[in-house]
Amino acid sequence: MISEEHTLVYDSTFDGFLTCVFQIYELKLKQVSFQRKNQVQESLFGMNTEIITDLKKADRVWKGIKSNSTARGSLRLYYAFLSERAQIESLLLTYIQQAFKSRIPLDSDFGNETVLKISQIAKSVGREKHRMEAFVRFKLTNDDIYFANIEPDFDVLPLISKHFKSRYADQKWIIYDLKRQYGLYYDLEKVEMMNLTWPANFDPTQTTTEFFTPSEIEFQTLWQNYFQSTNIVARKNTKLHIQHVPKRYWKYLSEKRP
Amino acid sequence: MSFERTQEKLKILADAAKYDVSCSSSGSNRSNINKGLGDATGMGICHSYTEDGRCVSLLKILLTNHCIFDCAYCVTRKSNDIKRAAFKVQEVVDLTINFYRRNYIEGLFLSSGIFKSADYTMERLVAVAKKLRLEENFNGYIHLKSIPGASDELMKEAGLYADRLSVNIEIPTKEGLKLLAPEKNREDFLKPMRKVQNEIIQYQAEKKIIKSTPKYAPAGQSTQMIIGASGESDQQIMWTSNYFYKNFNLKRVYYSGYIPISYDSRLPQIGTDVPMLRENRLYQTDWLMRFYGFEVHEILNNEHQNLDLDVDPKLGWALRNLQYFPIDVNKADRLMLARIPGLGMKSVHKIVQARQFRKLNWDHLKRMGVALNRAKYFLVCDSRDFERRDLSGPQLKSIILQNSTSKYQKILSPQLNLFE
Repeated sequence: MISEEHTLVYDSTFDGFLTCVFQIYELKLKQVSFQRKNQVQESLFGMNTEIITDLKKADRVWKGIKSNSTARGSLRLYYAFLSERAQIESLLLTYIQQAFKSRIPLDSDFGNETVLKISQIAKSVGREKHRMEAFVRFKLTNDDIYFANIEPDFDVLPLISKHFKSRYADQKWIIYDLKRQYGLYYDLEKVEMMNLTWPANFDPTQTTTEFFTPSEIEFQTLWQNYFQSTNIVARKNTKLHIQHVPKRYWKYLSEKRP
Repeated sequence: MSFERTQEKLKILADAAKYDVSCSSSGSNRSNINKGLGDATGMGICHSYTEDGRCVSLLKILLTNHCIFDCAYCVTRKSNDIKRAAFKVQEVVDLTINFYRRNYIEGLFLSSGIFKSADYTMERLVAVAKKLRLEENFNGYIHLKSIPGASDELMKEAGLYADRLSVNIEIPTKEGLKLLAPEKNREDFLKPMRKVQNEIIQYQAEKKIIKSTPKYAPAGQSTQMIIGASGESDQQIMWTSNYFYKNFNLKRVYYSGYIPISYDSRLPQIGTDVPMLRENRLYQTDWLMRFYGFEVHEILNNEHQNLDLDVDPKLGWALRNLQYFPIDVNKADRLMLARIPGLGMKSVHKIVQARQFRKLNWDHLKRMGVALNRAKYFLVCDSRDFERRDLSGPQLKSIILQNSTSKYQKILSPQLNLFE
């Protein structure tokens, strides 16, 4: 029989992807590719199959992965998935298939190209997570909520939630991903995902008293002053500076704005 | 608080604090309690970087830059004609809390000029930390300076609120200290350091029996030395550093290239370059001592009193000790792998794990990120292809230097500019 290429269309969630893996095993599909629902293109050849996310199936696959790898290894798969890179699903599938066949966890087999590649992608997602924990700048709104907007390279909001929750336990805050159009809101009890509709005159790069408290502008100024004063001119090293704070992040950082 | 007044004080007192290079916010284990503010567990975070590339992690300020001492190397010295200012305790608390809530910082680094007496100054530093912890329920990171000569009682209290304590010994040799800061003596620096060390040892012992023992300086102690202000050798610096690591269990020793701030004839003159390359080599040596299993005398000794500037200290050591090489990456133990130039501890760790699955060859090593341009002369792997020439140290050094470019090229070879 000629093996047919199957294109699995899913809702772009991690559970959706795991459901796809379940179906691949159940239907013994050989050649598969993946498409995210919001980016569907009709393929000329082969079949488009829509996969409906099923938490039970996803959970079974996830448990299987966990029992075949170390905690670090399974977490790496999730991190790599959040990179949203083209074809990341196929790479993860290869890894999962190899892991299911192997008697010992593959996580540290860095001589294996798939393992190494996934660990490198997971590492860059981890780096972006860490950057967001560093570069989020809250501004106090008139509603007494600390608000920050970000545009991370990868979908790291789910990864930073815990960090901010345990740190800012006594203040309400929102971290909003402008690129992916959703945010996290902490209401002093729990963190929830949320969507915002912006007032027509709201510009996230500006701090105006219409939306933010008057003291907000003062603290931004004090922070800018501090940033200037703590610099040692005799040691100027622009290359190193930009390596640590790449220019694409400057727009969030009040100290780097003119 | 008045915005303009605070603004001016912040400018003066941040500017005066910037010569303290430590900005670490890691190593503590203080977690958020009772839904308060802040959390200092886990790794440190650099929230920004100055234009000179240093991490900005803490609000680093002096409580005041009034000082009764006149140390030649210090910008805050009594005889220096500069603007003076002092923060009130509450002002520091407000700034810290408001910066922290906006995710600008991991916490506070509070130092001070010495006004009136050591104890009077230390008491105020402790008051800031105490207020942050007890009144504001602040669980972020606090680094306090131990003021040389402060009493044991105050040092004991300081450790109850601070995550880290540090006292800067500044000048690596006794003779240098006598020349540049005749009013100070070494014993004044060591006294608070010893007290804190004893308290930490006691805390760690008690914690094993009673879990609720109040924390005492969970991120330990550190110190700083100024490099290039008193004509000291690298050997003197690193042996002093080693002494402090071994005898005081320090978490870190920082090396700060002297930045000329005065026309005092005892010191390098204003306009002299900051010895940044030398500073870098000293940090590399520090890392070799702390993480790579090197003993200080292997790298610096009476025959070899200063580090090479043109190669890193591990490569320098390898070139003088070629008898240990080449090392087989598929067999050698972790400590030997760590001695191969071009291999960091992360690569060592990866190699040790990956070789359980298969023998590693050049391609594997390259993809894992090993710096083969240096490493290839010092190792063999699963390949028939390796360096077979019997090269001497100096020959090997010149081959490696020809095939690599240093970011310090300009400092290393100023003569090139003559012919361009």
